Amino acid sequence: MRFEDLLRPTPKGLYCPPGDFYIDPVRPVERALITHGHADHARPGHAHVMATPETLDIMGIRYGETFAGATQAAAYGETVAVNGVTVSWHPAGHVLGAAQIAVEMDGTRIVASGDYKRRRDPTCASFEPVDCDVFITEATFALPVFHHPDDRGEIAKLLASAAQFPERTHLVGAYSLGKAQRVIALLREAGYAETIYIHGAMQKLCDYYVSRGVELGPLAPATDDDADRDRFAGAIVIGPSAAFADRWARRFPDPISCYASGWMRVRQRVRQMGVELPLILSDHCDWDELTDTIREIGPQEVWVTHGREEALVRWCELNQIRARPLNIVGYEDEAE
Amino acid sequence: MKGFADLLDRLVLTPSRNAKLTLLTGYLAATPDPDRGYAIAAITRDLDILSVKPAMVRALVAERVDEVLFAYSYDFVGDLAETVSLIWPATEGRASDLPTLSQIVETLQSASRSDGPRLVERWLDELDPSGRYALLKLITGGMRVGVSARLMKQALADYGGEDVAEIEELWHGLTPPYQPLFDWLDGRADKPANLAAAPFRPAMLANPVDLDELARYDPADYSAEWKWDGIRVQATGERGERRIYSRTGDDISGAFPDLLAAMEFDGAIDGELLVGHVEDGAIRTGTFSDLQQRLNRKTVPAKLQKQYPAILRAYDLLQEGGEDLRPLPFEERRARLERFVADLPSDRFDLSPLVAFESWEEVAQMRNAAPDPVIEGLMLKRRDSAYVPGRPKGPWFKWKRDPFLVDAVLMYAQRGHGKRSSFYSDYTFGVWTGPADDPLLVPVGKAYFGFTDEELKQIDKFVRDNTIERFGPVRSVRAEPDKGLVLEVAFEGLNRSSRHKSGIAMRFPRISRLRWDKPPGEADRLETLEAMLE
Ligand SMILES: [Zn+2]
Ligand SMILES: [Zn+2]
Repeated sequence: MRFEDLLRPTPKGLYCPPGDFYIDPVRPVERALITHGHADHARPGHAHVMATPETLDIMGIRYGETFAGATQAAAYGETVAVNGVTVSWHPAGHVLGAAQIAVEMDGTRIVASGDYKRRRDPTCASFEPVDCDVFITEATFALPVFHHPDDRGEIAKLLASAAQFPERTHLVGAYSLGKAQRVIALLREAGYAETIYIHGAMQKLCDYYVSRGVELGPLAPATDDDADRDRFAGAIVIGPSAAFADRWARRFPDPISCYASGWMRVRQRVRQMGVELPLILSDHCDWDELTDTIREIGPQEVWVTHGREEALVRWCELNQIRARPLNIVGYEDEAE
Repeated sequence: MKGFADLLDRLVLTPSRNAKLTLLTGYLAATPDPDRGYAIAAITRDLDILSVKPAMVRALVAERVDEVLFAYSYDFVGDLAETVSLIWPATEGRASDLPTLSQIVETLQSASRSDGPRLVERWLDELDPSGRYALLKLITGGMRVGVSARLMKQALADYGGEDVAEIEELWHGLTPPYQPLFDWLDGRADKPANLAAAPFRPAMLANPVDLDELARYDPADYSAEWKWDGIRVQATGERGERRIYSRTGDDISGAFPDLLAAMEFDGAIDGELLVGHVEDGAIRTGTFSDLQQRLNRKTVPAKLQKQYPAILRAYDLLQEGGEDLRPLPFEERRARLERFVADLPSDRFDLSPLVAFESWEEVAQMRNAAPDPVIEGLMLKRRDSAYVPGRPKGPWFKWKRDPFLVDAVLMYAQRGHGKRSSFYSDYTFGVWTGPADDPLLVPVGKAYFGFTDEELKQIDKFVRDNTIERFGPVRSVRAEPDKGLVLEVAFEGLNRSSRHKSGIAMRFPRISRLRWDKPPGEADRLETLEAMLE
């Protein structure tokens, strides 16, 4: 079987002709398999959605219970037949519920890994490598300048700054799904026991993580209350970065704007965003993790999507690995 | 190196002066000698070390990294030092003892040019990305972190609990890594004696004043002189050594070789550096725009020196030969100054004349009717005042003339930092140009203070409600003859500027009033400002 006959890029997303389904389609389709709950991968309006139970719950929280005509849950390790195509689900280590989807027919297996990372994350299951003929990899941070440092060092930077400027609020920008909860969990692991204040947009997702057994410690909404603004002095507040330019941010005394993202590796990005304290924390692989993963899995062919395809394809060429960019439009660098 | 690299990373991103001081004093307290001394010198760019060209760094990285991958990366990152620092492949089993800043600096102080590439390569292998970035900025001369020498001296003063004037006075007798300075600040030794010839003497500064406050003083106790709009300097000569210092003690001699050459005296004059030509036996002062031609230059071409000669208009005499005049009353120093200046070349030195007056009301009138456009107000000095460092209350006052005012239209607003990060608080404003029936706004300046917190909220609301386009942190707002916001802008003067589309640059602009009442069409025109340039 030719690889393209099992899975191929189309304008709506990756399509499996024999199974008649799409993976992470960017437009509404009849049958969608969704790797994880980030908005550019998990869109509302499909007739039928298959995903992990966590991803289905997250879509329900974000879009309301009517986000799809029908849903079907598939847990990690589960194998499901879809029109004669075998589909199995494996942890991707990206955010809670994120899965790699392995698609198999007539002895050919392709793994669509969605977004993934390799390092430990207290808020989700770790990536599991799956043998395959074609490995489809994201390329969000696929430039050899991206080396994500140790999480603990980044969290230590935040705690050191909070100690050095005890009268100011540390406003940490973080993506609402995954990053925010990971920052909180890492702060707890570092021994930070104070109440962490969160933006309203994150409340439901944090509650959901807690309901799934992720320990986040004492959280409180960062509500405006003129009588008690002092409570934000020295506090850590987590919110989506878009809110920092908003009137919402005015309730905090002399805030230090922090941002938790892999993009914080590049100073130009840091300055553009007016960030004072960059925290290099990513839910994607860095360059070495991407190339190590390709080496470890050792597929016959690598398909690259979602980011800086050209650099990773170049690396594959230099290492005699067949590779091609997929050029699917519609995935974003997600406010990572 | 790690502490230094982390400090640089934080300083670059920290806009607030106080927060910078906190970071600097924290670093000074946490860092051993001689690292902290070298760090200071690196930031104030007072280190004399081997430097290398960016091309050499590129050649090094080309040996390690695929050319195409480097090109993609450089394209994305945009800065060579940063790209190299991030892309440099980590070496297996990196040495556990990273090179310290002192080791690097001391090696570079004695290294020869041909050693450069191998040294840099070795350190790039040993350091982490932040360390590499700091190293590359250090050796390619690109260290810019928004910390002036002045701020650094303040940080040292805060760290040691001393007065910044004392640090300024010592500064030019010290060399990196400033061990005697730290011994004193840490209480291990006495204040180091300044043994250098022609040291800086901390400047005496005046407080702003108004008629109400002056009413408490007797006019007979004060003498008045013009306050010139140049650069306040101290010109010092001793034992063949000559220096021109800014009022914060920075050595700016290099920018004014013509004036330096004429300083054939032994003493220290406090005065105003201006440009000017001799006409009818006296120096005719050039404008501040003329003076600008001489500022911020590394080298000064002979043509510029001839076209805009630097001159010194003397206010005060601090030292004459071996005698320190600072304890003497102002009147006595002034008499000594007049005799002193009389012996100096009259095409380079003259006296700032005293201005006679009877009453404060008379002074109030004179300050707005100065005989020369390069005067920015009046100085009032107590006749019996000794010359003391800093800004004591009472002996010296400055009374500026009223600022110029213009009605301009708000064109763009940018988000602020820190406390103001949720506000649009930096404003670009323009005035009208072009035909009267189809006028066009041309930007003439930017201002980010002068308004109250309440006014800031009002402008912020206006910006959000009237946004036309967004570009990152900037918004353009409606600015049409019948719709927009008029700002009354106060400023100290105008310069010609080829860098601005309008051809002018405002000095010290700030918002003085919000003119909600005024239709934008009635704001000022560019011709009004151009007329003020004459
Ligand atoms: Zn994602
Ligand atoms: Zn994604």
